[in-house]
Amino acid sequence: MHSHEPQLPEARGPLSAAVLGHLRGTGPLPPPGGIAGSPVYGDDLQLALYVCYELHYRGFAGVPPELEWDPELLRTRAALEDRFLAALRADATVHQGAEEALAGLLVEPVDGAGVSHFLRDKGELWQIREYAAQRSLYHLKEADPHAWVLPRLRGRAKAAMAAVEFDEYGGGRAERLHARLFADLMTDLGLDTTYGRYLDAACAELLATVNLMSLFGLHRALRGALVGHFATVEITSSPGSRRLAEAMRRTGAGPAAEHFYDEHVEADAVHEQVVRHDVIGGLLEDEPHLEADIAFGVDATEFLEDRLGEALLAHWREGRSSLRTPLSPELAHVP
Amino acid sequence: MPNSPSDTPRRVTVQRKGPLLVEGPVEVELEDGTVLRSDRFRVALCTCRRSRRYPWCDTSHRDRA
Repeated sequence: MHSHEPQLPEARGPLSAAVLGHLRGTGPLPPPGGIAGSPVYGDDLQLALYVCYELHYRGFAGVPPELEWDPELLRTRAALEDRFLAALRADATVHQGAEEALAGLLVEPVDGAGVSHFLRDKGELWQIREYAAQRSLYHLKEADPHAWVLPRLRGRAKAAMAAVEFDEYGGGRAERLHARLFADLMTDLGLDTTYGRYLDAACAELLATVNLMSLFGLHRALRGALVGHFATVEITSSPGSRRLAEAMRRTGAGPAAEHFYDEHVEADAVHEQVVRHDVIGGLLEDEPHLEADIAFGVDATEFLEDRLGEALLAHWREGRSSLRTPLSPELAHVP
Repeated sequence: MPNSPSDTPRRVTVQRKGPLLVEGPVEVELEDGTVLRSDRFRVALCTCRRSRRYPWCDTSHRDRA
């Protein structure tokens, strides 16, 4: 079924070019010095890491699936991950306790100024399309990075995590898979729902948010951070989705676009409760030494989400596209 | 009809702040007789009455600052 596999993206610098060359079988992997000198949140390093991770999801057309476990590539990926993790540990806020880290998320700011506030109040359709194109890198594999944590949990935490994932996966019904609901939203907006279609368009800040989930999901050593990350997503999703649902209604984006966010208002109000009480509560009972890791997952997620929000708003406030490659002319912003 | 002794009781989780959590699926009958249904594995019922999706929780109980 090679026709269903995504195309390889365009390189964004020497690191990503070397990784892509290795996948095509045409060139050597980047030297360690190249990895050390590249801006850690920049396009080149984040794309190189994204491409390494994508081999664990759906792979790429023309790339042998066995390269997922290629030792040379894994060595490169580990060097990229070391830089990313070290930067996050240095740059994100540090809370020691899980509850302390989550407390700030549970207070709703009266005068919030994030992306969902912007889109609710004055977002135009071209900005909503850009937001959906960017987020499609995650939402078209919604819940997949988190499924990797299941074998690493036990008892109450495992049962609760599996229950939330089951809900994310549509409760056994393909037409209710959250990834499918997002594809329907994209169709309403006139976007292409092909998996990986907007990889070239996505900005470095977006790639970093998806890389974080893959990093936490793929490493058992980071299971606490994965759980903290997941809790952050679920806690912030409900009010954010309400604002985005209002943005969809106000701009007439379409019924499936409204439904995706309406569904998340309700679903994630439940998921938040289950993740806080049973997934985090269960994991802390089981492995209390993971508390600082859970807090790190929360703090790193907030840090990268804030960076993404600032990047998107900086472009949109000036009427500029946030995408690296434009949408087709009938969908794109015409200045 | 008495309940079968093999029926497991349905668990409801209460908390001082936040929704009532009920194992799904549930039907909720509102004062005007409307019956709403949710078939999630767990359902969060609004207790603060601020939800815009009442009777379902939409996190409106949260503190604002």
